[in-house]
Amino acid sequence: MDSQTTRQLSDDELHALADGRTSGPERFALEARLALEPNAKSRLAQWQQQNLLLRDLHRSVLDEAVPSPLLEAARQTVSAQKTTERWSRMGGIAAGVVISFGMGWLANATWQSQHRGTLTAQVPASSEFVRQARYAHVVYAPEVRHPVEVTAAEQVHLVQWLSKRVGKTLKVPNLTAQGYELVGGRLLPGDTGARAQFMFQNGAGTRLTLYLGAIPAPAQDEVTQETAFRFATDGAVPSFYWVDQGFGYALSGPLQRDALMQLAQAVYQQL
Amino acid sequence: MDRPDLLAQIPGLRRYARALTGNTWAADDLVQDTLERACSKWRLWIIGSDLRAWLFTVMHNLYASDVRRALRRQQAGVSVDVDTLTNELIAPEDATALGIDLQRCLLQLPEEQRTVLLLVSMEDMSYEEVARITGSPIGTVMSRLSRARIRLQQLLDAPAVAPHAEVTQSGAAPVLRRLK
Repeated sequence: MDSQTTRQLSDDELHALADGRTSGPERFALEARLALEPNAKSRLAQWQQQNLLLRDLHRSVLDEAVPSPLLEAARQTVSAQKTTERWSRMGGIAAGVVISFGMGWLANATWQSQHRGTLTAQVPASSEFVRQARYAHVVYAPEVRHPVEVTAAEQVHLVQWLSKRVGKTLKVPNLTAQGYELVGGRLLPGDTGARAQFMFQNGAGTRLTLYLGAIPAPAQDEVTQETAFRFATDGAVPSFYWVDQGFGYALSGPLQRDALMQLAQAVYQQL
Repeated sequence: MDRPDLLAQIPGLRRYARALTGNTWAADDLVQDTLERACSKWRLWIIGSDLRAWLFTVMHNLYASDVRRALRRQQAGVSVDVDTLTNELIAPEDATALGIDLQRCLLQLPEEQRTVLLLVSMEDMSYEEVARITGSPIGTVMSRLSRARIRLQQLLDAPAVAPHAEVTQSGAAPVLRRLK
């Protein structure tokens, strides 16, 4: 046994294990050393348990309606941001208080109308998208022998290939911290072009799929091409889906709303 | 241009603030202050950078200065902050016994340890992100995380001291004692 395997695990290494910040060979090496250290092992178990508890703490707040004073404060910030952006777009240097006031008012008005547009124009396209995502999940997730076309072992190739086909540089989210490992991915046809599906699986054999592809929207402001998270349950499998910069994403899996929401947020943050 | 949705960040900010302060009202006040500060400092946010991380940074700075102010008040002669005590008494509506206990233990951690632990565990942020948000070197983040996890475990393992349990009905201040 060399010194590398006998050196005691440091706190930093234990944190990295508890928080899922290592993967692949590095993780295997740490786990091998962990097996020799009962104390570190029980400490790791405690920290992982703490993580589970903390991730659950006040979870119901996430589903509460946001109090209106907070919404109001956020709206003011959004319109301040819009004003700033318009200024920089116009190359605006000093143009006076009057114009700035006017732009703020205008920005606020367009913000509101754009959001109305989002609701009416975007829903049909994205609901068709999520319907296809769920079909794809239901068809491929139970597959035993060929759940994916390209396995996680060839992740680099998989990502390059699918990026090329769907016309966007893709990233595979890392869900190790949530207990899910990448199984692989496949290319699928969608009503408006190529779609990619990534499949993940946890230790219990539960499978999640992330389905993504371009959603052509009327060429307008970019705001019409974004939606908030939506949850769809009226089918065989629940999904969270969202549209970001003209690209649709749907995360499907046989999970409770909260658990799926948490995973969808993890995916969203990484993409 | 990327325009992440500010409104979509509010639920996450509220939850984090709730865990940080242990109090529903104080938490929403903190979120409100954060959003107002974000409004006035909007130009400081670099478009295209991570909106969530920036909002957490704004909130962190506000909370840290609140805590410092409260400490100064305390040192200036106000011996016990009744709010701090009542925080421990009021059970959140949705709380399980485990959740109440966890929140109680969290509030016993020093503010800087609680912050790091919550950002890492509850918010699943990377150590580098936490270092940026709290404005501390990564080594400091890691040692605070160690101390927080070890201390939290001791608190969770300790038999629950529940002298406050009976007084929640009365609404009156319980037997006041100095916390620190």
